[in-house]
Amino acid sequence: MPELKRTPLLGLHHEMGARMVEFAGYEMPVQFPMGVMKEHLHCRAAAGLFDVSHMGQVIVRGPSDNGAAAFEALVPQSIAGLAQGRQRYAFFTNDAGGIEDDLMVANRGDHLFVVVNAACKAGDLALMRAGLPGCEVEEITDRALLALQGPGAEAVLADIVPGVREMRFMDVIVAESVFDGLWISRSGYTGEDGFEISVGEGQAENLARVLLAYDAVEPIGLGARDSLRLEAGLCLYGNDIDATTSPVEAGLDWAIQKVRRRGGARAGGFPGAERILDELDNGAARRRVGLAPEGRAPMRAGVALYEGEAGASPVGEVTSGAFGPTLGAPMAMGYVPAGLSAPGTRLYGEVRGRRLPVLVADLPFVPANFKR
Amino acid sequence: MKFTEEHEWLRDEDGVIVVGITEHASEQLGDVVFVELPEIGHSVTKDDEICVIESVKAASDILAPLDGEIVEVNEAIVDDPGKVNEDPLGDAWFFKIRPADPGQMDDYMSEAEYKTFIG
Repeated sequence: MPELKRTPLLGLHHEMGARMVEFAGYEMPVQFPMGVMKEHLHCRAAAGLFDVSHMGQVIVRGPSDNGAAAFEALVPQSIAGLAQGRQRYAFFTNDAGGIEDDLMVANRGDHLFVVVNAACKAGDLALMRAGLPGCEVEEITDRALLALQGPGAEAVLADIVPGVREMRFMDVIVAESVFDGLWISRSGYTGEDGFEISVGEGQAENLARVLLAYDAVEPIGLGARDSLRLEAGLCLYGNDIDATTSPVEAGLDWAIQKVRRRGGARAGGFPGAERILDELDNGAARRRVGLAPEGRAPMRAGVALYEGEAGASPVGEVTSGAFGPTLGAPMAMGYVPAGLSAPGTRLYGEVRGRRLPVLVADLPFVPANFKR
Repeated sequence: MKFTEEHEWLRDEDGVIVVGITEHASEQLGDVVFVELPEIGHSVTKDDEICVIESVKAASDILAPLDGEIVEVNEAIVDDPGKVNEDPLGDAWFFKIRPADPGQMDDYMSEAEYKTFIG
C-alpha cells in the first residue's frame, strides 16, 4: 500500500488478524477473523469496539465565548441553544444548499468539540477557519477515537468510568481514568446504545486491550460498521449525502431546529439558507428513502431505479445498498421523486440488466436502541 | 478433483462434473449473502458467466469451466447462501454439468498445482 496514515491501534489490528484496506488515506481494518456478518450480529447482541481514529477531532473557541453563536453561520442547527454537556448532529451547508459534511458538535463549556468525517477533514478545517473569524480552530492530532457500541457497552465502560451509567443519549463528559482524560459521548453510528471515547494516543492501545478483554466485546471492522449504519438508516457522507444533496432532500429535516427555521428567533444565516428554508416549508422535489428489494439480490450503490418494469428513463438511484445481517434481507437507500417516496411504493432496480422489484420502505430498517 | 484459476473445483461423478468454489475463494469473498444459479437444461460455453455470487462486500461471477449442459443445480445454497462459507467443498456445490468434451478437464490444475497457484 502507498504511504497511508496510521491510527494508534494499527499494530493491534494487525496482531488481531484484521484484513486491512485504504480508507480516506488511512490503513483501516475492514474485517477481523470473525467476519462481517458475525461482527455485525455480535455488536447488536453484546458490544463491538471500533477504531474511528481516522475521524477529525477539532476544538473551537470563540474570542469571548465557546464559539457557539459564530458556529451557527456554518450550520442550520441551533448551536447557541445547545446545553453544556450535550452533543448534536449537524451539517456544514454550502451556498447551493448542499451538504459539505455531516458532523457532531458538543458544548463543553468554554469550547465546542467537533467530530468530522475523515475524508472531509482538511476541507472542514479550512471551512471553519474561514467561516469563524476571531475563533480558534484547533485540530486535535494526538488523540485516538474509539467507539464502543451495543447493548453491553454501558456495563463494560462503567467498570472504567462509573459515571457513564448516568449519561443519556447525546450527553458528553470529560472523565479522569487510569487511561488519563477521556472525552466520552453517548452516541455512535450503529443505531445501538453506546459511546464514542476520545483517548490520548499513548493510552489508546491500553484502553482498547482492556475493553477487548471483556467477553462481551469483539473488534469490529469498517465492513460491519457500514451494514450497521445502513440498517439504522444513517447517511454515509459521500454516498447518501454530498455537496449536491440538500438536507430536506436527504430527509434530515428533523436535524434543523425550529429556532433556525422561518419564524424562529435565529432563522437563516447559514449557507444555502434560502433554498433550505424554502424546502422546509414546501418540500423538495426528490427525497432520500429506504428501499427493500423484494428478492434476495442486494441492490448496491449506483443501481438505477425505474418506475416500471420496462421503458422510460431512470427516476432515481441507489446510494447505499447491502445485505442486512439483522434484517436478514437486502436493504438500500436512494433518491426518488417526492411523488414516488411514500413507503410501499413499488419501483424497479436494474441489476445485471434485469429490473427487479423494490419497495420504498420506512427507515430505519432495524429500530434504534438508544438510552434516551 | 481439478481446480481452475477462477478458484472453482471440478469433481467427476460418473461422467457428470460437479462444480463449486474453493475454500480460498469463499474466504476471500467473505460472508456470501446471495447466489443465482443457471437453469437446468441450459447449454453453456466455457467462460460464460453463468452464476452470480454476492458477499457482504461485492458481487462476482462464476464462469462455466467447460462446454456442456447444466443437468442439476444446488437450490440449497440459494435458500441458505451461508452454506458456501460453511462447506464450500462439500454440501455447497453449485451445479452439475455434462461436458461436451471431457478432454477440457485436462486443462485444469491438480490439487497440488492449485495450492502452489494460490501460494
